Amino acid sequence: MAERSFVREVEELKLGEGEIFRGEGILAITKALLQSGVSYVGGYQGSPISHLMDVLADARGVMDELGVHFESSASEAAAAAMLSASVMYPVRGAVTWKSTAGTNVASDALSNLSSGGVTGGALVIVGEDYGEGSSIMQERTHAFAMKSQMWLLTPRPNLPSIVEAVEAGFELSEASNTPVILQVGIRSCHVHGQFVAKDNKRPAFTLRQAVENPRRDVNRIVLPPAAYIHEKEKLESRWPKAIDFVRDRRLNERFGPEEGRIGLILQGGLYNGVMRALQHLGLADVYGACALPLFVLNVSYPLIDDELVAFCAGKDAVLMIEEGQPEYIEQALSLILRRHDVQTKLAGKDVLPRGGEYTSQVLGRGIGAFLDKHAPELLGNRPPVPSADAILATPEVKALAGVVPARPAGFCVGCPERPIFAAMKLVEKELGPHHVSADIGCHLFSILPPFNIGATTMGYGLGPASASAFNVEADKRPISIMGDGGFWHNGLNTSVGNAVFNRQDGVIMVVDNYYAAATGGQDILSSRAENAERSTNNSIVAAVKGVGAKWVRHVDRTYSVAKMRDTLKEALTTPEKGPKVIVASSECSLNKQRRVKPIFAKAVKNGERVVKERFGVDEDVCTGDHACIRLSGCPSLSVKHTADPLKDDPVAAIDNGCVGCGNCGEVSEAAILCPSFYKADIVFNPTKTDRWLARLRDRVIGFLQRRRDARRVSFA
Amino acid sequence: MTVHPNFPAADQPSRLSTDKPLSVAILAMGGQGGGVLADWIVAAAEGAGWMAQSTSVPGVAQRTGATIYYIELLPERDGVAPILSLMPTPGDVDVVLAAEFMEAGRSMLRGLVTPDRTTLLTSSHRSYAVGEKEVPGDGIGDPDSVVEAAGIAAKRIVAFDMQTLAEKNGSVISATMFGALAGSGVLPFAREHFEAAIRAGGKGVEPSLKAFAAGFDKVAGNDRQEIVPKAPGKDLPEPPVTVGVPALDALLARIAALPESVRPMAYAGARRLVDYQDPNYAAEYLTALEELRAEDERAGGAAKDWRFTENAAKYLAVAMAYDDVVRVADLKTRSARLPRIRREVGAKDDQILGLTEYMHPRMEEVAGTLPARLGHAIENRPKLFAALDRIVNRGRRVRTDRIHWFLALYAVAGLKRFRRGSLRHEREAEHWTRWLALARRTLPANYDLAVAILSARRLVKGYSDTHARGNSKFDRVLSAVPTLLPQAEGGAWMERLIKAALLDEEGKALDGALLTVASAYETT
Repeated sequence: MAERSFVREVEELKLGEGEIFRGEGILAITKALLQSGVSYVGGYQGSPISHLMDVLADARGVMDELGVHFESSASEAAAAAMLSASVMYPVRGAVTWKSTAGTNVASDALSNLSSGGVTGGALVIVGEDYGEGSSIMQERTHAFAMKSQMWLLTPRPNLPSIVEAVEAGFELSEASNTPVILQVGIRSCHVHGQFVAKDNKRPAFTLRQAVENPRRDVNRIVLPPAAYIHEKEKLESRWPKAIDFVRDRRLNERFGPEEGRIGLILQGGLYNGVMRALQHLGLADVYGACALPLFVLNVSYPLIDDELVAFCAGKDAVLMIEEGQPEYIEQALSLILRRHDVQTKLAGKDVLPRGGEYTSQVLGRGIGAFLDKHAPELLGNRPPVPSADAILATPEVKALAGVVPARPAGFCVGCPERPIFAAMKLVEKELGPHHVSADIGCHLFSILPPFNIGATTMGYGLGPASASAFNVEADKRPISIMGDGGFWHNGLNTSVGNAVFNRQDGVIMVVDNYYAAATGGQDILSSRAENAERSTNNSIVAAVKGVGAKWVRHVDRTYSVAKMRDTLKEALTTPEKGPKVIVASSECSLNKQRRVKPIFAKAVKNGERVVKERFGVDEDVCTGDHACIRLSGCPSLSVKHTADPLKDDPVAAIDNGCVGCGNCGEVSEAAILCPSFYKADIVFNPTKTDRWLARLRDRVIGFLQRRRDARRVSFA
Repeated sequence: MTVHPNFPAADQPSRLSTDKPLSVAILAMGGQGGGVLADWIVAAAEGAGWMAQSTSVPGVAQRTGATIYYIELLPERDGVAPILSLMPTPGDVDVVLAAEFMEAGRSMLRGLVTPDRTTLLTSSHRSYAVGEKEVPGDGIGDPDSVVEAAGIAAKRIVAFDMQTLAEKNGSVISATMFGALAGSGVLPFAREHFEAAIRAGGKGVEPSLKAFAAGFDKVAGNDRQEIVPKAPGKDLPEPPVTVGVPALDALLARIAALPESVRPMAYAGARRLVDYQDPNYAAEYLTALEELRAEDERAGGAAKDWRFTENAAKYLAVAMAYDDVVRVADLKTRSARLPRIRREVGAKDDQILGLTEYMHPRMEEVAGTLPARLGHAIENRPKLFAALDRIVNRGRRVRTDRIHWFLALYAVAGLKRFRRGSLRHEREAEHWTRWLALARRTLPANYDLAVAILSARRLVKGYSDTHARGNSKFDRVLSAVPTLLPQAEGGAWMERLIKAALLDEEGKALDGALLTVASAYETT
């Protein structure tokens, strides 16, 4: 079950020739795959392409109708390996993941795939998670395209261009026997727009035909001497074919006037930003008219030398606009101009920042600097460019910097991972700090306040492996953390297997929340939901024991903070050597609420007796020390100013977002905090017995309270 | 390459259109429904025949982190689709919608709000960030900074509590924000287009429409900038002359004899102590206060607004109303509590409420409640103490809605009459006597420092470890008194030390501040 359901949007995938598709970029790509007669699709979820996987999962009906096979791959490596179906058979396949993180994982298969080459179109759709809001290291997919010689499409960020790139990508792949990467930026993935649809196409050659009529060709396998042949093929056959195709199909685009003393060359993905920057400079309008010649690289690799030479020749200077570093295209362009002896001056990252996101403001400044140097007359009377500099310089706005709090992502209300880290904090207070190797997933939020736990994170499922150097004689053991997503992605083998084999004397905490939660709540092997399409309910504990771990503890309710604490303490202090594996399980709160809320509402409506739990704080008892918050961080556990003149500091307060997970109470109990927390059980549709008991209790308790009230001397 | 021929010649820049899209940025926190709001705005625009493009950067930002949604809107012209930007440009945004008050501040910090064009629609409610909540003191950001900045940065401001309005209408903040946007008239679409967008969304339509209407009405025809609600003021009424109870009227008469500026705080203190114990206890408090007032007078307090006496009125009451098990049991069994909780958790009349308290008594608390001699006797026998602790010390889920548990707490609350003979009381009284003595000794030499010594009592709070840490900070802060005594600005330094002590749990900032004090004065 994914975080967001696309069942409604999937209807858009059924549109036929001439109908207008309206929706998100990701959905448009899915539609384009179906229009291209794709045979199989795989991938691994992750921002920004999670929704693509979720759409495909929800689109099973449409896919079955067309005979398209879809898989949620175990990892990007599995997805990339899946493309091997297109090596021998004329079937089109597409896989998708987050780049560059996923491309790193997939690179082994991608290298083998691109070396041997493909028969059917093979498309790798990567969501480039670069710039603001990115959750990964800032690197370029471009490097992978170059080193493995895969063609890289970077279409303009609008739906028609992206859809066309999918269709052309398959053709390019087939024409040049080379896998193709389609790179879309994080915002393009989520851009809402429209395009004119075509009919969906059934694959001409089916996977069934392929598997029943196997073919083999030893020359497509990476082994000497074939490997040497591949290299020759790449350079002498596939590359020229690709160049011919890109040129003949006119995949790159020219905008603006035919002639001009200067020109701009840009990656397709930057087109809208560049146009907005030019508009601000008075050199373009919002409908696409432009006073400067633009050369848009919808194909960033390979570059088409003669197109670029033709564009640059006769111009005084061109500006290469390329996001990310190193500036591969600028370097290549420089070589092209030199080889063709074109004397046009080349600007690029000398006027533009070397790194960082190219926002329209950044682009405007860079282009402005370029024009100032090479064609100042184009800037005309220099209309004022939109700017917030004046207001940002005022003391009032500057003062905000000290007031507006950082607000990084964090654990959700009711998150079952929070008590795990609360327990770790409690153990830390007893046994001192430990080296903690963190991993990828929601649990990585533990590195932020209030927990401040975790020293490094090396990759998905690599937490325990990244603690392996500390397998030395010492008085403290390293702790490593890994989520269930990371565990099945890579961790079982690379981390747990590795630790068992090398007798790694450390603690491995597997955070099991029943889903790949950070990527949107997709099911995985150990998910506890019954999934009609997949095999779920496979035990992490059994898997760990299966690879030979001996000391394994399962805490099947992470909210038991005291139990979590004691288990962790035991793992850190037991004389037993080798890995100590703790599997801490509780359902992801976000997904649980999504699952449970409708059921609850229905039960209430049907008049069934149901109980809703919620926590609260007795304001009078709270002394405002906020120790509970430092051990919880729950968004619904907050603070509020009080009217009590004897209290200086705000007191704790729980808002209506509380889902009654119990963490507050368990933490205050385990850490011996103040007794101000209470749990309220609200009984909906109480039974007769409920009512009778409540009346009895009210009578007795009310009598005692009235008795004491009567004796109490009070100002109020 | 594809050549697009529809461009003007370079020498004819006048052919460029001057049309600009309307740009809308939404600043929200993950989970607030910013995506839904963006979809509604797109749908409303498309319904009105405009082109609309929205983008976002969800990903992990969804998990309660700050995130931005961006929308551009423009009518189609001659069948040519406009080229719209995927991110806002500072200085080029028409409407900023902030789903929380500090997020409005963030939008200004990012340059998205400029006085020439930006309408800022913001909810005035606060959702505190972890960094604001986790400090042991008051870490809440000052909303006035946002008010002031908005005053000069925005062309127009619409600010009210959209969160509460949404909750009142059984919906979520995105619906009231959408209503406020429609009501503000900044987008050229009719109300029907906005409402049609909600209907087309198909989920929770009725509550959304209701909340939308509430937001719309709040803004439409009401261009006045709302005043952002502040934190509640302290409840410090002037004492009444009489309440008709002789024991209390006697207290009131003594309070009336105190300097005028001290009376509200002394009244608050007396009220607390009557509630905590009895009128005699409050009388004891007033006796101490009267003595302190006399000393204040000798130290020239009349010219200093009686700050020493007022501070003593506050913190002595806090010290005397220390938190013990009796107090907790008393508060948890009072008749006013249940109706308050029912209100807080939103329980309806026909619903039954169960209550569980999370308590973790230790032998320390039990011994503290015993008569002082018995308590000492047990504490002096470590083995016995440990054995008893093993029985007592564990987390307990106390069902105060059930008769037997209620009776147990009721009985503990009844121990109030023995409180003043308890071990805990002996300790607390000894602690506050020592603290007051230090303040009194300091008073003639350094008035401000004496006032600040009283303020240091603020650091003593919490239970168990937290309480111990608070006490240790209190001691460390007061350890600077000898150094600061001869310094004219000693009081200001002490206030700084207190502030530093409230910045973090371990007291790292305090350590630094103490070093600063030492380096400033000890060598000279």
